[in-house]
Order: sequence, then structure tokens, then C-alpha cells
Amino acid sequence: MAEFFRELRTTTGLNFTIFYDPFDARRFGYAFLMTCKLSVLSVVLSLIIGVAGAFAQGARFAPLRWVVAGYIAFFRNTPPLVQMYFFFFALGAITPTVPDDIGMEVPMVSSFTWALVALSLFAGAFNVEIFRSGIEAVPRSTVEAAESLGYSRLGAYRAVVLPLAFRVCLPSLNNNLVNLVKTTTLAYAIGVPEMLYVANQIWSDSLNVTEMMNVLLLLYIGLVTLLVWIMHRWERALRMPGYGT
Amino acid sequence: MDTPLVSIQAVHKRFGDLEVLRGVSLDVARGEVICIIGPSGSGKSTLLRCVNALVRPESGRITVAGIDVTAAKLDPIALRRRVGMVFQQYNLFPHRTALQNVMMAPVSVLKQDKREVEARARALMAKVRLQGKEGAYPGELSGGQQQRVAIARSLCMQPDVMLFDEVTAALDPETVKEVLVTIRDLAEEGMTCLLVTHEMGFARDLADHVYFTDRGVIVEHAPPAEFFGNPKDARTREFLGQVL
Repeated sequence: MAEFFRELRTTTGLNFTIFYDPFDARRFGYAFLMTCKLSVLSVVLSLIIGVAGAFAQGARFAPLRWVVAGYIAFFRNTPPLVQMYFFFFALGAITPTVPDDIGMEVPMVSSFTWALVALSLFAGAFNVEIFRSGIEAVPRSTVEAAESLGYSRLGAYRAVVLPLAFRVCLPSLNNNLVNLVKTTTLAYAIGVPEMLYVANQIWSDSLNVTEMMNVLLLLYIGLVTLLVWIMHRWERALRMPGYGT
Repeated sequence: MDTPLVSIQAVHKRFGDLEVLRGVSLDVARGEVICIIGPSGSGKSTLLRCVNALVRPESGRITVAGIDVTAAKLDPIALRRRVGMVFQQYNLFPHRTALQNVMMAPVSVLKQDKREVEARARALMAKVRLQGKEGAYPGELSGGQQQRVAIARSLCMQPDVMLFDEVTAALDPETVKEVLVTIRDLAEEGMTCLLVTHEMGFARDLADHVYFTDRGVIVEHAPPAEFFGNPKDARTREFLGQVL
């Protein structure tokens, strides 16, 4: 394969260094894994935030509801790039540092962790609202039936409300998670070596912007297609026979 | 009469400006079947919902099997394992099969052994004449079948009292019968039942006592023969004249 891409370069001038140069292949491979890791972890964390936040929104304790409302207002109404900078530069500056193995002082919280926190909170704010739309679609009478069977609020939430809400809001959840995967590229701004960041390094070295752009686009299309495929499988698995027909 | 299983004393309930219950009292002995009838908006559903604490009254006292339902510190689980409720709109959980609907609460709320519950649930499905439908989802069942699953679901909690809130009102006339037969079976086995209903014939045949409510009070109550044969209050006569 490396031979083919070397050939391609001499015959057409298309320079895909990542397919024949071991150094570029290695760093771009790591970058791809980094993007995958950032995507998967932020999707999972944002879902947890969404579920917990939507539950807290229905709490009887008003201050808890205010906290959730404030959180949503902040993270939905500010640009994700600004949030990323805020976490990395503002909060990163006041978190302690530790010496690494060669004695350099490095921040305890890595740029990857800050990116993960920022992305999860950003997408989580939207997920809270998405789950709320699903929860509000569950008829009050269905919840009452669960309560009549002795379920507590939390028990009814887990056994009845959430499973039904999930089914209602999966399409919009799907949208938000697709957006989240694409938004991981913003981690570039705080130096997380994900795909866009490393692609930029590679094209600065080898001046193959067009080639790397195409690689990037195709890989993101692939990642998002995979996510959408998984979400559709999930949607089908959760299908309720005979419901809504 | 022994201590009543369900005792309702001078219950008041208002929703905003609307006083829905204005001092309602009634007693139900173990094994008794009572029917509550009356025009819509007369508070009969609210009364039923007070019995299992879905609605908390402002004043008055309700006890069920020795549990003070109106106590400030009510343990809803203790109450609701004693009191089953069936709704007009069935309210099955659409994401679970019929059998799972019946089994869910005893397993996860009462923490009973899953195999025992399943055996009981299957027996109940047979009892409500739905053998073979255990694996069907609520969306695949007819209204009457769903309502019978809902009855089995309540019974699986092994309650002392069953509340039926206009359970046939959403059904077409042919399926009404299959649900009524199920309730009749239950009543004949000695289950204590409180029914809010518009099925006058059913009330006449099955009830031990009939209550007529209007505008938040019990206007008249009597055994069915007397109630339907010789209603005393003018409002009762007017209502019966309209529905019979």
C-alpha cells in the first residue's frame, strides 16, 4: 500500500504522507484514536448529564431546578469555543501543577480533560432539554399508573418514564450527538492532538492541504455515519410493537 | 358490622376555587362491592383517587386496612400494595409485554422472587382469559384486552381492595362485556371493590351498595334494589331518568 501511495505521488503529485511515511502514519493514527476517544467519552458523559439534569429539573427542591436552569442557560447561550478557552485558560490557570518524569511542571488537568469537560457540559446542556421534551411527552396518567403500583418517583422514572422518553427523543438526541462528534474539532484550539490538529501539523510539514482535507472530511463522514448507524439500530431495538399505529 | 376495610370520613378536596369533595363519608366492609355513580364532575373519580393517595384531601380521614391514608407521613408503598387501581385509559406501559406489565411492580417494588411472580402473573393472565397473549405488547392488544391486562397487573400486587375508575368508559360496547365479566369473577371471589361506573345494569346486578354523588356530596345511598327501585332524592331520580 505504501508503494502505491509513493507511486501516486510521483505520477500525479497527490501526496498522502500518512499512507507511506511511518512517522505521519503514526501520529495521524494516534490523532484518529484521540478523536474517537474524545467523541465516545463526551457522548457518554453528555448523556449522563442529560439524564441526571432532566431528572433534577423535575425535582420538588427549587434551588436544584435553578441550578439546572442556570447551567443550561450558560452552556447553551455561549459559543463552545469560548467555553473551551474558558476551561483551559481561566480554570486551567488556577488548577495546580505537578512535575512530570523529566521534572517539568505540567498542569494536573490535561488539555484533553478540559476539552472533554467542556464538550460534555456543552452537549449535556442540550441533552437535558432533549430529554425533557421526551419526559414531557410521557402521559401523566402513565406515571400515575406506576405510582399506583407503588413505584417511587425515582423508581417510576427509571422503569417507565425514561424508557418511554428515550424513544420519543432519540431522533433529536441523534442530531445533538452528531453535532457533538463534529464539535470535538474545537479541541484543536487548546492543543489536544486530535485529527484536525495533527492534520494541520502534517500539511504544514508536507504542504498537502488538499489531500489531508479530503482525508479529514472522509473520516468525519465515516465516524458520523457509524454513530448514526448505531443510533438507528438502537431506535429499532427500542421499537414498541403496535404503538402509535 | 366489623371494622370497615375502607373508611372515608368527611373528606374535603378543592382544586383552586372548585370544591370537588364537600364532606364525603362512606365505609366499605371486606368483600363488599360498592358502585359510585353520578354525573361527570361530581367528584367520584377524585374520591377514588383519594383512597390510594394519588390525590391528598385537605381535610377528613381515610383509612384502608388499618393504614391512615391521610397521615402526613404516609408510606405510599405500604398503601399501594394493599390497593390496586385500574384506570379508564388502561395506562399500560407500552414498552413492555403484557406479561412484563403484570410482573414489573411485584418484582421491582415488592422485591419478590421473579419466578414466583412469573407463575402468579401467568395464572392471572389465564384468569383474565388472555392465555397466549403474554408476549404481546399493549399496542398489539384491543382496548378490552389491554384493560384486562391492567386488571391482572393490579391483582399481581395481591391487593386487599381494587379501585375501578370508569374502566369501561373508553371501550366499545362489545368489549365492555369481557371486562365486566372479569370484574364480576373478582367480586364473586370476595375481592373488595370500589367502582366508579356508568354501567347501571352492572351496578344493579353486582353491587352490595350504590352511592350517588352530585356536586361533591353523596346525595343518596342504598342497596341496589332499593336504590334503583325506589330512589328518594329528586336529583337521583332525575339522573336515573336520564341514564336508564
